[in-house]
Amino acid sequence: MVPQLFADPSTLRAREHFQQKDRTLTSKVMSVADAVRRWVRPGDYVAVGGFGVNRIPTAVCHELLRQRPQNLAIAGHTATHDFQLACAGNLTGRGRLVARVDAAYIVGLEARGLSPHARRVMESGEVEVCEWTNYHLAARFRAAAIGVPFIPTHSSLGTDTQRRGAGQEITCPFTGENLLALPALYPDVGIIHVHEADIYGNCRIKGVNVADNDLARAARRLIVSCERLIPHEEIRRDPTATAIPFFCVDAVCEVPFGSYPGNMAGEYFSDEEHLRHWLRVEEDLEAFKKFLDEAILSQPDFDGYLNYCGGLKRLRELRRQELLI
Amino acid sequence: MVPCNKMELMIVAASRLLEDGKLVTVGTGAPCAATMLAQKRQAPNLVMFFEAGGVAPLLPTMPVSVGDSRTYYKGVMATSMADVMETCQRGLMDYAFLGGAQIDPYGNLNSTHIGGDHAKPKVRLPGSGGACDLASFCWKVITITNHDRRRFVPKLDFLTTPGYLTGPGAREAAGLLPGAGPFRVVTDLAILGYHAQSKRMEVIGLRPGVTLEQVRDQTGFELGVREPLGQTPPPTAEELAILRDQIDPHRYLIGRS
Repeated sequence: MVPQLFADPSTLRAREHFQQKDRTLTSKVMSVADAVRRWVRPGDYVAVGGFGVNRIPTAVCHELLRQRPQNLAIAGHTATHDFQLACAGNLTGRGRLVARVDAAYIVGLEARGLSPHARRVMESGEVEVCEWTNYHLAARFRAAAIGVPFIPTHSSLGTDTQRRGAGQEITCPFTGENLLALPALYPDVGIIHVHEADIYGNCRIKGVNVADNDLARAARRLIVSCERLIPHEEIRRDPTATAIPFFCVDAVCEVPFGSYPGNMAGEYFSDEEHLRHWLRVEEDLEAFKKFLDEAILSQPDFDGYLNYCGGLKRLRELRRQELLI
Repeated sequence: MVPCNKMELMIVAASRLLEDGKLVTVGTGAPCAATMLAQKRQAPNLVMFFEAGGVAPLLPTMPVSVGDSRTYYKGVMATSMADVMETCQRGLMDYAFLGGAQIDPYGNLNSTHIGGDHAKPKVRLPGSGGACDLASFCWKVITITNHDRRRFVPKLDFLTTPGYLTGPGAREAAGLLPGAGPFRVVTDLAILGYHAQSKRMEVIGLRPGVTLEQVRDQTGFELGVREPLGQTPPPTAEELAILRDQIDPHRYLIGRS
């Protein structure tokens, strides 16, 4: 089978979309449930920001699981707990959330081990896979953010990763070198968790940016969740601190601790105990379904999940772990 | 010789490979510990990078993720993944530590799947992550791994990350950057390198008390020897004290062995 692109790399069609995009300075504050209902459609290509469990938009991922738009394509860009959450929408009696994945890093949770359920899903054959690398996907977001159809790289030539990917070899017109052209990746929906945002969607990010400045600019629609809303005047007081400007953003959702059980720089460390619990409970499918019901699906919102996981007492401990080192 | 376990042995051996004034991209675990040890001994100006964007941290403890907030604690920059990878592609990155479920005679690595086929694998693994990029770009790639026939295989189930591909000239023919690629494999039995002409893996040093036959028994392909084959010096009391008291006092890593 010839590997295929899961997203359209055309600059021209992306420009047509961006020409129509609302770029007025209006409030985009809404609930996570409304943001997902309004901006995510079945079959969409979805890309999630952050790295590993760090600064991931957990609350919005939970809402995808709750509303379950079917047959999404996913950017598996250093996707760990967010990929676990996406896979929880497959083989759990609720249809198929994930149909295609651009895999750079999936299934694993770094040194913590492999996710049994994500493996179950990926080994079932029900998800179509195209292989990439972390840099490939970062560069593909950047190509889209720049507004060009590809970026060339020296990475991965001669490997099975290249053969099972959908990049194309090209010859450099200046030096004659053989390069891999990485096609621009314009996700239908980008989802990013940030530290601070104003009501219009001007965002501040602390710590590593990973690929999120480019992802924000590449996404056709962008949902932002934030630890806290800040006044617009504060953004104007220090424009150098803005990572994502309002005209990229379609929804702003205030979700304190919205990256839990992930690590949020300067706010709270990852809940390693809870992440280990996920890996254990996933081993048995029935137990996992019960856990999903109790912890996420039967909860009215993300606060419910935080309370299920130990509430303020636990969060205070994670804040200590982050700050008192 | 001071008694020590396999993990300590590998970390110390890897740390000795790192020269001062160079740049190194590390992962969590043994590579991170080896780099911290080198910084406290022969290489105080060795600069540590993490692929998610952390540059030159003064690590308070070992990170759990290559993107967690420890990876840029008191660092000089918290940047993007593309910035780190492009620093490598420009030719500034001296070392990268990479691992995999399988390694072949040319230092190619597999971290994508074991068994079955790509569409329906028996065991799906994470994939490249940043490994394939780093092995394409960085001057000297070091692998730290336990030594057994399950890992050291004649043919990979999937070639995720390039070593010397199929042998001499193959990297250059494919378009990979000349002069970069595999450098050393550090195991619990030996230190291995690559033959200058054939580009095949060969033993360049044995652990104290380990024989060449033992190493060959645990390797699934024919293994050459760089003469004269010596023993690698065992970890010193000083190296072990730094590792145990300063780098991994809770034994999260060295307690696993």
